[in-house]
Amino acid sequence: MRNTVIEIVRANEGSDKEEPIIVAQAVYEHPFVVRLCHWLNTIALFVMVGSGLQIFRAFPSFGAKIPERDLVNWPQAFAIGGWLGGALQWHLTFMWIYIGTGLLYIGYQIFSGNYRQVLFVRRDISGVWPMVKHYFFFGEKPPIREAYNPLQKQAYTAAIVLGVLSVLTGFAVWKPVQFSWLAWMMGGFHYARIWHFAVMWLILLFVFGHLVMVILHGWNNFVSMLTGWKKDPEYAVSGSDGTSDQ
Amino acid sequence: MKNYNQKMDEKKFRQLSRRELLKLTPILALGAFAAPTLQESLLKKGLHLSDWSSGLLFRKEHPAPTFADADVAPLASFPLNYYDVDDPGIDLDGWTLTVSGAVQKPGEYKLAQIQALQRVRQNTRHICVEGWDVIGRFGGARLSDFLNLVGADPTARFITVNCADDYYESLDMATARHPQTLLCYEMYDQPLTRGHGAPLRLQIPTKIGYKQAKYLTELKVTHVLDKVGYWEDQGYSWFYGL
Repeated sequence: MRNTVIEIVRANEGSDKEEPIIVAQAVYEHPFVVRLCHWLNTIALFVMVGSGLQIFRAFPSFGAKIPERDLVNWPQAFAIGGWLGGALQWHLTFMWIYIGTGLLYIGYQIFSGNYRQVLFVRRDISGVWPMVKHYFFFGEKPPIREAYNPLQKQAYTAAIVLGVLSVLTGFAVWKPVQFSWLAWMMGGFHYARIWHFAVMWLILLFVFGHLVMVILHGWNNFVSMLTGWKKDPEYAVSGSDGTSDQ
Repeated sequence: MKNYNQKMDEKKFRQLSRRELLKLTPILALGAFAAPTLQESLLKKGLHLSDWSSGLLFRKEHPAPTFADADVAPLASFPLNYYDVDDPGIDLDGWTLTVSGAVQKPGEYKLAQIQALQRVRQNTRHICVEGWDVIGRFGGARLSDFLNLVGADPTARFITVNCADDYYESLDMATARHPQTLLCYEMYDQPLTRGHGAPLRLQIPTKIGYKQAKYLTELKVTHVLDKVGYWEDQGYSWFYGL
């Protein structure tokens, strides 16, 4: 989906005959609901991971209780809740915000049609490798035509899938009897707990890559997730008349 | 997609951006969770919401998964979690269960009377709130059968139990009446050992471990929950149905 490019102009006060000066171009890239969900999810995910790690501290193992072999002594400084009961309160409270945000986001994307901006589809496949070459192996930068490049779409689509999986594995751990079919699909409660943990690390891997890219892409890109408007997007500046991408 | 004019004045764009940014301010309401005075009550509300929805999700007849004998962990690797002592010094011969509350036949019940009810043996998964789980073999009488024996008021909503080690717990009636909820006097076809709660404990495959009180001494059927549970009073979930 190509968004409308607008020109930001400054009145030319020197003479009323001259055209106003074009100071920047801008595109409305992120609708309000997407931005709302992004920042709600930032907070909810932070609390879910932090409290989840505190819960994990109560039994930092995936084996038997007898004999208990701990995987890691996760530091309390990187956990939320203070103790198991406190962490469960945070986890069981913020899961509603996390799930609610996810449902709002997915519902909005589907009904607004905005999903086309994000969803990784078949025709994006061929564009992934050139982007990987560019980012990691000093390859030439492929032409940017849309808000999200194919690699971005792949990453965001994967993140949404991981978000859904985090909820499904979470329900298998929380309700392994009422959702026994869900737990069964994951190999029972014991393995559902491992999946839930693994999905968290995959989400954190995405977050890490996401933050690196945000830093690399600078201020205008960051501001666009706050105001919706991206100044001087890469795919707009190429047009000779400033309206090339409509 | 809104239709914007092709050209926009710089000032107008700045105003528009600011307005879009301000639309996000409701998110700051989540900051209430960081306020020390509000945090505790907000988290308690969140926990109550989870408990309430857990009650809705609970299906009266839906069984917890059961397992083949080959899947059962040996008794020696079945953990003993206790909160105070693993031997509260019960005189097993003189032990009785004191039944009170909304029942037709209150009084002292001997272990033999409970063992005279139909015996159920089941291999089910025991899940601890800490995260570990173990499949064990349990035997006992259905709590539901015992409630019928004592003539429990069918409109009563809860049962509460007291234990010899000063532990206490409570259950919703739907869970108490679940066919897999046992007054458990056996593990691995042998009488309960001291460490596992001799002579009688609750065994509830649809609940988390700490709901399954050991060393039972008193059982009360009630309309109003006057006592909740040892760990619940520290801040854990009350319903915690699996």
